[in-house]
Parts: sequence; C-alpha cells; structure tokens
Amino acid sequence: MTDARQVIDNEVKSNDVVLFMKGTPQFPMCGFSGQVVQILNYLGVPFKGINVLEDEAIRQGIKDYSNWPTIPQLYVKGEFIGGCDITREMFQAGELQQLFADKGIKLQQSA
Amino acid sequence: MPMDARDIEAMIKAALPDARVEIKDLAGDGDHYAATVISEAFKGKARVQQHQMVYAALQGRMGGTLHALALTTQAPDN
Repeated sequence: MTDARQVIDNEVKSNDVVLFMKGTPQFPMCGFSGQVVQILNYLGVPFKGINVLEDEAIRQGIKDYSNWPTIPQLYVKGEFIGGCDITREMFQAGELQQLFADKGIKLQQSA
Repeated sequence: MPMDARDIEAMIKAALPDARVEIKDLAGDGDHYAATVISEAFKGKARVQQHQMVYAALQGRMGGTLHALALTTQAPDN
C-alpha cells in the first residue's frame, strides 16, 4: 500500500462520513463539491471534508482507491456512496436520508 | 481539450448500443455537459455501478478531458 492509499484508507475507516472534495466545507472550490456540502449541511450530517487540492497524491489516490474518476467522493461508514450526481439523486429521492438512518448516523438539528 | 457532445454520445452508444442518450451543453462552452443515459443494461445495477458503466464507455476521459459532466442514469421504466 502506498502512503496516500494508507492515509485515505484510514480516513475512510475512522470517520463515519467523509467527503473528499475540492476546497473545504467552508469554502468549496468547485460547484460539484459545493453541492454535496450543501446537502450534508441541509441534512445536518456531521462530516469530515478532505481537500484534495492540498495534496496531489491524495487527489490521484482517491480516484484509484474507489476506481472512480471524479471528485467529490462521499463515503459513509467505509462505503463509497458516489459523487455529486448520485448524492443529489439519492437526496431528492429520500434515499440518502434513509441511508444515514440505516447506518445509524445521527443527524444534528439543521439550522 | 473540450469534447464535442456528439463524440460523448457516440462513445456511450458504442458501449451501450440500446442507450437513449441526451446531452446538454450547460454553459455553451463545449466543456460543461449534463448527460442523461437510459439503458436496459442498468437494470438491477446500483447507481454507482451504472455511472461506472458510463465512465468505462468514456474510456478514461471522465475526470480528465471531461471534467464537468453531470450524469443521470436509469433503466427504462417499462
């Protein structure tokens, strides 16, 4: 395992909800990343954002890790859920809310 | 380098011959697209797998040449 892969694997496994994104949850640097942040914030899901723009090894490594060519990438309890389009579709269908409930992720009261 | 919408459609149809493909140029710049792909091949597949199948059809261009393709996939309704 390369260093980047180990770092990624550790983040995915030690955080309930992780979003690999461009920019930070406070300042997304890409519209797709921003959309996923908005959805998670709307639902009141606590999550860790990892800015791939800060580390080229992570940026490429996460694509190899999931065999998924784009960023953002959402992981819940170690499972790869999808990118922006899938997250949005699931949210609109109520499936994302169900997923968090099924996985026992506690939602905070959204502001 | 941007990709032409017709090329995207042709690549998807080469891999998924029955697919109905609709591509919109979101920004009019030949670089930001939204694609809807409907194919029998998606039946019984999870969304992640459906998107993977389209990405495979695009042979590595997704995330590189094509950095902004919003994707919607589904199996036909009936």
